[in-house]
Amino acid sequence: MARVVVDVMLKPEILDPQGQAVANALPRVGVTGVASVRIGKRIEIEFSGEPDLEQARLVADKLLANPVIEDFTIRVEETAKAAAP
Amino acid sequence: MSAIIGVVTFPGSLDDRDAARAAARGGATPVRLWHADSDLHRVDAVILPGGFSYGDYLRCGAIARFAPVMETIADAARGGLPVLGICNGFQILCEAHLLPGALTRNQHLHFRNRDQRLRIGTAASAWTNQFLPGQEILIPVKNGEGRFVADSRTLDELEAEDRVVARYIGGNPNGSLLDIAAIRNEAGNVVGIMPHPEHAIDELTGPSLDGLGFFASVLKHLAGSSVRMAANQGVAA
Repeated sequence: MARVVVDVMLKPEILDPQGQAVANALPRVGVTGVASVRIGKRIEIEFSGEPDLEQARLVADKLLANPVIEDFTIRVEETAKAAAP
Repeated sequence: MSAIIGVVTFPGSLDDRDAARAAARGGATPVRLWHADSDLHRVDAVILPGGFSYGDYLRCGAIARFAPVMETIADAARGGLPVLGICNGFQILCEAHLLPGALTRNQHLHFRNRDQRLRIGTAASAWTNQFLPGQEILIPVKNGEGRFVADSRTLDELEAEDRVVARYIGGNPNGSLLDIAAIRNEAGNVVGIMPHPEHAIDELTGPSLDGLGFFASVLKHLAGSSVRMAANQGVAA
């Protein structure tokens, strides 16, 4: 069994205030020298049968990402366990 | 018979009742529409109210966009049906590509809830024809993700085509580009606004009565056009 992983990120030119807030907190955990932090979403889609990249792409394009402000990447990820129903 | 304004309730809508009340105060007959019912019940105009449709999961408005009622509304809006999206409704209209751009997290990350001064940009819309360009109004704003963004070409188009319906003045509450608080589509029948005209219709509860102008505008628009017929045709689509 395999899953499709979709990563959604704000486009580089779109302000990410969440990422900025995290970056500003880093010195408090003793980390310096970080230029920037950007926050995105990871979505895992498990198909009941074979993973359908075409359909996953459709879902990513129409629903998971908003092309006005976000980019997405899509890939098939092999899972270790073969626990297919 | 007075014009019929449909107000959609999604799971998580918050201001649907206020919007219906404001429509009635403005002289229309409000009808409640349900997200899962694709029938618009012959309404003359539609309001998408504020709130947190579908819990704002994924992105604000992203899931509401695919509600059965939204497919009918999108078709009817392309046919001229007046549609006003307030706050979450504005987010839904952008997600549905009925308006350009997107609403993103407030620049300072804080939820902003206050009375907000706006300057009307254009009166050339179904929802603002009773205002004067440049007129100042005061209505509540309350959002966490109200920062309007669009690429520079889209922003230029909005400016060039006189499609900025209102701008924030006296302080931008969310970092919205060009201080944009409200925009319209090319035809002027679809308007999205982040602040809440429906909360400014009563001296007891609102900071002004300025919100009434939006509802008076759509009645004027409907009285002066054959949109009613177009809207009813849209229902069958």
